[in-house]
Amino acid sequence: MTKEQGNTGKRIGVYICRCGSNISDYVDVDTVCSEVAKEKNVRLARVMMFACADSAQKEIVADITNEPLDAIVVASCSPKLHLHTFRAVAERGGLNPFNYVQVNIREQSSWAHSDNPPQATEKAFNLIKAGIARVDLAEPLMPVTIPAENSVLILGAGVAGMRSAIELADLGSQVFLVEREFFVGGRVAQWGKMATTDQTGEEIVTALYNQIRTRKNIQVYTGAHIISSKGSIGNFNLQIKVVPRYVKPPCDPQGFRKAIEACPVIVDDEFNFGLTKRKAIFHNYKSEFPALPVIDMANCTRCGECLKHCTGINLDQKEEIIDIHAGTIFLATGFNPYEPRPGEFGFGELSNVITLQQLKRLLELSKGEFRFREKKIESIAFIYCVGSRQVDGDNKYCSRYCCTSAIHAALQLKQEFNVPVIYHLNKGIRTYGKQEVLYAQSSAAGDVYLQFVEDEPLLVEIYGEQAKITINDLLTAGQEITVTADLVVLVTGMVPRDNIDLNRILKVPIGKDKFYNEIHPKLRPVETVIDGLVISGCCQGPRNIHESVSSSLAAVAKVYTFINKGEIQLEPTLAIVNPDACEWCGLCLAACPFDAIQMVETGKGKIAQIIEGNCKGCGMCTPVCPTEAIDLKGFTNMEIRSMIEAMSG
Amino acid sequence: MNTPKILVFSTEKISDPALDFAGLMKLHYPASVHAIVLPCSSSVRPEWIIHAFESGFKGVYIAADGSDCPYGESCIAKTAKIVERSHVLMKEKGIPTDRLRMAAVCSVCAEIFVKQINIFAEELNASLKKED
Repeated sequence: MTKEQGNTGKRIGVYICRCGSNISDYVDVDTVCSEVAKEKNVRLARVMMFACADSAQKEIVADITNEPLDAIVVASCSPKLHLHTFRAVAERGGLNPFNYVQVNIREQSSWAHSDNPPQATEKAFNLIKAGIARVDLAEPLMPVTIPAENSVLILGAGVAGMRSAIELADLGSQVFLVEREFFVGGRVAQWGKMATTDQTGEEIVTALYNQIRTRKNIQVYTGAHIISSKGSIGNFNLQIKVVPRYVKPPCDPQGFRKAIEACPVIVDDEFNFGLTKRKAIFHNYKSEFPALPVIDMANCTRCGECLKHCTGINLDQKEEIIDIHAGTIFLATGFNPYEPRPGEFGFGELSNVITLQQLKRLLELSKGEFRFREKKIESIAFIYCVGSRQVDGDNKYCSRYCCTSAIHAALQLKQEFNVPVIYHLNKGIRTYGKQEVLYAQSSAAGDVYLQFVEDEPLLVEIYGEQAKITINDLLTAGQEITVTADLVVLVTGMVPRDNIDLNRILKVPIGKDKFYNEIHPKLRPVETVIDGLVISGCCQGPRNIHESVSSSLAAVAKVYTFINKGEIQLEPTLAIVNPDACEWCGLCLAACPFDAIQMVETGKGKIAQIIEGNCKGCGMCTPVCPTEAIDLKGFTNMEIRSMIEAMSG
Repeated sequence: MNTPKILVFSTEKISDPALDFAGLMKLHYPASVHAIVLPCSSSVRPEWIIHAFESGFKGVYIAADGSDCPYGESCIAKTAKIVERSHVLMKEKGIPTDRLRMAAVCSVCAEIFVKQINIFAEELNASLKKED
């Protein structure tokens, strides 16, 4: 028994799992069990074949009732797998679920020390002793129950956001779908035919938007962005700013067409990645949604020419601030294409070097012959992994969609535009899964695949009206090969959207790759550490559309579990202040990243107070307290000190 | 070989999964390494580190969240501050400061963790032998 434990008089049951033989092959569980049984306050110790088995769970429940037990320790696998299983067992036995501790003697003992069974046994015993010490001091905790609004704010009306909005609406939630751009559809709206179905982005976006329009519980805001967020899971109070379109419905197509013609302002059209120009009053394509043009006020000179042709234009429209009360926030903000550095494979320096995204738009804009800058294109060289899989750069990741998209575009160039010569200069093609069929089709169509490595990059030079590319081809034992092409396409991958304000307002966790970070890629793949904030689609990392929609539907299911009952139970790992010990120095307030601490006046003076709805249970406030007045439920000072003593034995 | 007892402070969402992963891959490190799991490496109290040394541990290793911390980037500076404050307390107690190590261990950094903890154990062993 540790110094901290004292004599609580708790009646503790300890269950040691063999895990088949995963544990018992290396840990002498019978010896551990007999030693554990001698520990103070341990009333019962048993070895079980599989503690997680239904029969074993029933046995534990019976023990809790019959002995009776006040607390249980299960020594088995990682708590990441069965913490909630055994909490439920404790609860079924009538215990508070937090009077249960799981000790990991599989991953962190039997498997890690399978080279030394005697020491693995000794360690398992120490770990269990620490678990006993902890559970002996554990206070019963009650999950915090708070009301939850059955509504969702979805940020991003791309394919992932729109698909999720439809599902959530059908599940009965009120959905606020907020899109920063003036038109929905995200990046997919920009693509023409896509692998592997040959559906166009426009077709997909149109189908989704038509479904959204039939659902009364989806409210769509375009040209809108979040400007503030207060509250927490179940009750987020959010504000969005809606930027005016300066155009109001009903739309008179003739009038708008004339207004666009009359507009004297000409700027690069970002929808076509600068390949074409647009006016300050514009729309992207015929079936764009909402089907209403917009005035780009950053470039509009307010000359008034458009007003002469169209009564639907109002240059005095004001921005709106909308208050939204939502139970959860759903991020589906998508990605940006990687923008090559000036000079990277000739980009920006050679006139016939473009990106994959520009090629996709060019394909959409082309009819009959494939031309670039008036020149008929007879040969194309794709250079892969530009901005992805960088050994020395920031983007170490594979962008997953670009190999497939490039090869699909190459097939389209061959089949629809009869471009005869296509080279694929790659670092290894990753058309995984069903997409491999496209690679086979491209190879069969005569496309030439050459492979390079990061250490020996390609050299792209100007060669008359063409580009000359020199490669040390890995597939021919590093032989230097030179190819010439009318057009060079840099197969650029994905980078995160520039969401600086959104990230600051929502405190979105960001990973090393700068994409949004989930709690655990396998166990909690769409949740973030911010309770009630889920991530989906390409804002979480590179994905193709299929994967993006799959992840968004996973996020829909998770969101639904949060808000469908009208109330939410939170983990009770919260900071707690001892008002008698607190002398209010403000250090805890400064340490808290979640605005979960406030100063309050009491009869005895100023003290810290925890705002439970904001506290995430990180514990950052605890080490800074000079009077040890602040503690963390579930990880208390006494519990940890007691565990240290138990382990040291 | 007798290996010195090392206490690891790992974190629920980041570094402890790496320790689990090491076990899953049967990567071996001394069985005298014991871990206590916390929500975040910025929640380690310097007093716990001193308590560990006074209870018989010869080394303490903070397997920090680093830039992966789900609670935000401030974790890096805060954990560093905890190490700094612990060093002051260790000096006051006459405990060599190199007995406390801190390194960022990501959720899949099993090999890195095992490599580092093995090196730490070897260095501690050598240092303790010298003392003897």
